[in-house]
Amino acid sequence: MANTRSPSPDSPPAESAHSASPALLDGIAADQAEASAAEELHERVVLDDERIRRALRRIAHEIVESDADLSALYLVAIPNGGVPLARRLAENLESLAGARPQLGIMDTTLYRDDLASRGTRPRLRRTEMPSSVDRGVVILVEDVVSTGRTIRAAMDALMDFGRPQSVRVVALVDRGHRELPIKIDYVGKNIPTQPGESVIFRAHERADAEEEVLEVVVQSLDKPPSATSGTDRVGGMA
Amino acid sequence: MIGQDLLGIEHLERDQIELILETAERMQEIGTRDVKKVPTLRGRTVVNLFFEPSTRTQTSFEIAGKRLAADVVNFSVSSSSLSKSESLLDTAKTLDAMDPDAVIVRHKVAGVPQRIADVLDAPVINAGDGAHEHPSQALLDMLTVYQEKGRFEGLSVAIIGDIAHSRVARSNIYGFTKLGAEVRVAGPPTMLPPHIETLGVKAYSSLREALDGVDVVMALRIQNERLGGGIFPSVREYSATFGLDRAKLRFARRDAIVMHPGPVNRGVELSHDLADHRPSVILDQVRNGVALRMALLYLIAGRAFPQDQE
Repeated sequence: MANTRSPSPDSPPAESAHSASPALLDGIAADQAEASAAEELHERVVLDDERIRRALRRIAHEIVESDADLSALYLVAIPNGGVPLARRLAENLESLAGARPQLGIMDTTLYRDDLASRGTRPRLRRTEMPSSVDRGVVILVEDVVSTGRTIRAAMDALMDFGRPQSVRVVALVDRGHRELPIKIDYVGKNIPTQPGESVIFRAHERADAEEEVLEVVVQSLDKPPSATSGTDRVGGMA
Repeated sequence: MIGQDLLGIEHLERDQIELILETAERMQEIGTRDVKKVPTLRGRTVVNLFFEPSTRTQTSFEIAGKRLAADVVNFSVSSSSLSKSESLLDTAKTLDAMDPDAVIVRHKVAGVPQRIADVLDAPVINAGDGAHEHPSQALLDMLTVYQEKGRFEGLSVAIIGDIAHSRVARSNIYGFTKLGAEVRVAGPPTMLPPHIETLGVKAYSSLREALDGVDVVMALRIQNERLGGGIFPSVREYSATFGLDRAKLRFARRDAIVMHPGPVNRGVELSHDLADHRPSVILDQVRNGVALRMALLYLIAGRAFPQDQE
């Protein structure tokens, strides 16, 4: 219950923000609070905003060059991190292909495979699927993919919104350690990680910038990794 | 909150209430889908243990459980076991041996859900006990107010009717005051419990004063069997003095909403017109009830994992 926050939308986010949804803000703020609590944590930026922009432009090109029916594109963001990424990807696709793809947000929490084995139930995030995915070319957008379990959950969730023509996956970061046979179609960067390291995607809101500033950092512990490292949090369901 | 009982609002912390409301808001999206079911509680069993008939609350919990893919079993005890003189706690223990993941209890005597919770491993959700509490109703009321008003701080809520015998009133008083709203109660003097102010509310015997400037008006159901029995002279007199209609509603704020836990005695607590149309939000309350109970089952159903508390 420690991270609980009012459902009221009027509490201003501390430093990170990438959407109007308070729950999205909460999730990211909580990740950061957790990370900064560990004292021996080292952090290095592996993707800054400019490199993320370039990666998304390249992915947009790859999508356009694929044989996908661009008029049926439906980008489905997995919150929290997928939301600002999908928005930028949609802008890129619009300037390349001339039409803005449909955008949706789909929380996968209620489809997780570890709910029965956890002592607490994760907070739910926003789901907004403005139209059916029937016959759509769905592209799931996730920040960091690792075990593949979130993508598995997302595919199950997706089927409850219709029968897409095809489903592909964009991941800004693939950090390996797959536990399920899940393939990523479009990868921003492969970042192999050691146990004890975690990969964190962040969106910072800046007063002087229209868009939020995105970055990916790798956090590692000096001490031997403990069970409380961010690994499970970030990668466990990724 | 997995494995924790929910017996009343009195013992909930404010942040727990807020977590429940936020979770319920997310659950509402599921009700808008073609396929209104998620696999979250697949393989879990939820038991409705109702010692007092309540079609609405029972159905609401049943739909909530089914939308989360739980198996929902209705165990109505009105006649069967008790007529075989099985004790309350024996019934509860029998149930527990069937390993439910949550038990929803409704009983006409205050405190029964607590007694049952004491002997059950499974978490117990109170679905109304005597004049004590009805937490899921109050939570869905809070959700409805939040969605209409967007806040609790600075709001004033007037609860009208038989406050002394109302578990809905009591749970709402605890809830709204914890969330920072001002709560007023009004009714005939015989329906206002003594020392009600100790719960942090203001009591009024004049409807007009109670409604002055409020944002939310909550009318309670008048139980006909209580009328004419010395508590109050007649339905007609109650209706004339405390029944809400559009004329009396003018004392409230212009954008005030009208709520009722249902079922409405039309023409008694609420005029016909008011029961069916804005500013009353009675059907929104019912709709929110399903999402709110989904949130409760999501957060609570299951056994506590002592080794895995975050």
